[in-house]
Amino acid sequence: MNRKKRRLYILLLCAIGIGSATALTLTAFQDNLVFFLAPSDIAREAPPPGRAFRLGGLVEAGSVERGGATVRFRVTDGAHTISVTFSGVLPDLFREGQGVVAQGVMGPDGTFAAREVLARHDETYMPPEVAAALRRSGHWNPSQGAAPPAATWNTLSPATRTGS
Amino acid sequence: MLRGVDATSPSANLPRPGGSLHRFANPGRFLRLTDSWLPVLAAAAALVLGWGVVWGLFFAPPDWQQGETVRIMFVHVPMAWLAMGGYLGLAVLSLMSLIWRHPLADLTARELSPIGAAVTALCLVTGSLWGRPMWGTWWVWDARLTSVLVLFFLWLGHAALVRAFDDPERGARMGAILALVGVVNLPIVKFSVDWWNTLHQPASLTRIDAPGMHVDILYPLLVCAVGFSLAFAALVLAATRAAVMERRVRALQMAAARRAEASA
Repeated sequence: MNRKKRRLYILLLCAIGIGSATALTLTAFQDNLVFFLAPSDIAREAPPPGRAFRLGGLVEAGSVERGGATVRFRVTDGAHTISVTFSGVLPDLFREGQGVVAQGVMGPDGTFAAREVLARHDETYMPPEVAAALRRSGHWNPSQGAAPPAATWNTLSPATRTGS
Repeated sequence: MLRGVDATSPSANLPRPGGSLHRFANPGRFLRLTDSWLPVLAAAAALVLGWGVVWGLFFAPPDWQQGETVRIMFVHVPMAWLAMGGYLGLAVLSLMSLIWRHPLADLTARELSPIGAAVTALCLVTGSLWGRPMWGTWWVWDARLTSVLVLFFLWLGHAALVRAFDDPERGARMGAILALVGVVNLPIVKFSVDWWNTLHQPASLTRIDAPGMHVDILYPLLVCAVGFSLAFAALVLAATRAAVMERRVRALQMAAARRAEASA
């Protein structure tokens, strides 16, 4: 075994060592690495009362009530739903069907009192005309959640887009 | 004297037997070979980048919900790709440095890291500018944003470490080790959005046949990415060539000084 080969094997061994150490660390700190808890996570194991955490999910369709300075809405992940109250400025992207991450504490009545609400948009990007065409054709209602599979719209031609 | 070996080069020794990698190991040959590449690369970068930026900023449609703000993507995403791709390049250079003691790999790595740090900083800044109007915050400590910040510190750390030693070879060795240890961060950056809940959305381009993005936005983004990559390559090549020449000038000055001392 010559010197170059030996150096290569030493580096490979180090890579395996560092890689597995990192993997173990990340697995151990799994709970601390999540940025928010989904309603299902909370249903499974609720955080201790009075402790601040972040709640994330979609704003349920038809759940937004604006009464004065306070907004009430429900955050859902499909399986479970949690009511949220918030008084403050909502981000521009806030709407029904949008992803949100709210920071706050769970009240005794099971309502989440948010101090801050952030919008979390999805990974799809489409021109306004395409979104309008999908809505008109009944393929997508943005307030119900995520857009349909990208393959059904990502090549809709400009002629279709402007043909309204 | 052998043809193709530059007698004025401080490393004007015979090409070592070995793989084709050593074709580039001789700095004199590297300078001659890349002499004609640099203008071509720079011109291609200017052309493609100009095309992509004009297409993206003026002709691509806005997003249905993010509006015109989505155009930040045409800078942010190429910067993010280059920050990670460039780091992969740094890791390959570090391997070449540690295993084959490739002198040009050391020089290139040294010149690459400040540019990589700048690109990663641009990724963070444009992301922050994008996050404020869309998410409602400049910064959050979610897994994606934090791991990219760590990537930025790795770039900076490498740039500082290779310059921190009186013996440049020792600095290069230390920098290469740091760069290789830092490679564990690359999959964390890439998969953070899949492994953990993050505020940052998952990747749009997971499969090339089904991008989660309309082609009118996708194509200018890809052109911008190619343009920025060409510009990145041109910058690194120019900086490496300058470093080779700088080293050669220093070697000549040292030789002249030694001669003057000997004759005095």
